[in-house]
Amino acid sequence: MAKASITFEDIEQTVSVPAGTRVIEVSEKVGAGIIYGCREGDCGTCMMEVTEGWNNLTEPSVLEEKVLKENMAGRHYRLACQAQILGDCKVKPA
Amino acid sequence: MKNDVDVSSHTNAVEFDDGVYWIGALDPSLRTFDIILTTANGTTYNSFLIRGSEGVAIVDTVKENFSDEFFARLESVADYSEIKVIILNHLEPDHTGALPELMRRAPQAKLYISQRATSMLKALLKPAGGQFEYTTVKTDDSVSLGDRTLRFLHTPFLHWPDTQCTYLEELGVLFSGDIFGCHYCDKRLYNDRVGDFRFSFDYYYAHIMRPFKKHVMDALKLIEPLTLKKIAPTHGPILRERPRRYVTHYRELSTSSLSGEVGVTDKSLIVFYMSSYGNTAKMAEEISEGASIVDGVRVSLYDLEGGETDPFVDLIEEADALLFGSPTINGDAVKPVWDLLSSLAVVNLKTKIGGAFGSYGWSGEAVRMIEDRMRGLKMKIPHEGIRVKLIPTDEELEQCRDFGRSIAESLVGKPQKKAVIDFADLA
Repeated sequence: MAKASITFEDIEQTVSVPAGTRVIEVSEKVGAGIIYGCREGDCGTCMMEVTEGWNNLTEPSVLEEKVLKENMAGRHYRLACQAQILGDCKVKPA
Repeated sequence: MKNDVDVSSHTNAVEFDDGVYWIGALDPSLRTFDIILTTANGTTYNSFLIRGSEGVAIVDTVKENFSDEFFARLESVADYSEIKVIILNHLEPDHTGALPELMRRAPQAKLYISQRATSMLKALLKPAGGQFEYTTVKTDDSVSLGDRTLRFLHTPFLHWPDTQCTYLEELGVLFSGDIFGCHYCDKRLYNDRVGDFRFSFDYYYAHIMRPFKKHVMDALKLIEPLTLKKIAPTHGPILRERPRRYVTHYRELSTSSLSGEVGVTDKSLIVFYMSSYGNTAKMAEEISEGASIVDGVRVSLYDLEGGETDPFVDLIEEADALLFGSPTINGDAVKPVWDLLSSLAVVNLKTKIGGAFGSYGWSGEAVRMIEDRMRGLKMKIPHEGIRVKLIPTDEELEQCRDFGRSIAESLVGKPQKKAVIDFADLA
């Protein structure tokens, strides 16, 4: 299975994961500082900043784009409960 | 003659500034609001009408079952065809209950809401059906009524994500939504006429705004530079007599008392515990010892058996890390721990560090249950908690010291592990 690595900058921890893993699955297990609310892409609580490897996450869905816009997300912000890891990337809580 | 207003006829609007009217509703019999708040004399749902040279604006409406009162007051000063603008500072149902009917009666009116209100608007108006056109606004956007300008201030999370304020520039009136409000019902309407409502004002802040202190401070940065002649919140008295006092009071309430007591740079770590045979207490002491070794961390140790919950809530608000120790009794953590963990809705726990520990007789579920609760409160749990069967051995007490030290090191930014972890190895 293809592997990818994600680095949580706030805790300086890198995790090697199977490609396709959602960020939420990893961040909670390693105790990163991204926090979660509804966990289904609606509330915007888990907004994170992708500092490297923006293109190595799955494309945001139309619904995620809408929630990001409603929450006035900056460039390269994503919802950690929605984004899936395809290649190496670095993230931190927004 | 004291020149009091009296709105108890339920049909008259009150002109509280030139062409600016209160058209809200009184709810004197309410004793419990939103399940969580009590009120000794009810509340008001304040709604406002502003008349400009080129039309009329309505700011917020009322709870649905008070619609008749709202519409009667509105009709006493304006015709529906004159309404050009409807502004919703906050979409909670006690302020949007009359909205669908208002939109039906004034279909030409344009609706102005904050960006974050859009999904709420749709969810709230579902039962009424239909689509509503709206314009989203942010700080410094404005809408003109000819000789009157309504300017918006983006003040999110006071106390919902959608909240905003609207400022009537020419008269210096701030329509502040729930900010500066309180559940207090008095037909005399003005802060210099109603009874002594200070306790209601502080109680409302403590339960509604306190979890959002940081956002209060952000909002005050926008509000404080304004010329404030009157503040018109959505609940309780209109603040026309020295309104700035209430702004100053909000700043005081949002600033912690004796701030810096723990030290300007020190982090505060609090260990709470309950113990039936002294085993969990012993663990708590060792964890505190371990944490105290780390420079820059101030450790406090408290037995929950010896304290009331409320003062502990204040401590927790200021703390950076919280550890809870509980024995497991009948498969659960003990009640004082849950009492404290269920009293924290009024404080912001996001990003605080948490941890749990405890001694047990045969099953030991308490530690994991406490950790789950803390995760639910959006706290970070950087280290798995320690469970000890009955009396801790010297080796287990050493583990407790290590646990305390690791938590304290997490607080001062010394995470120990740096190697790449494989996802499959994560629990």
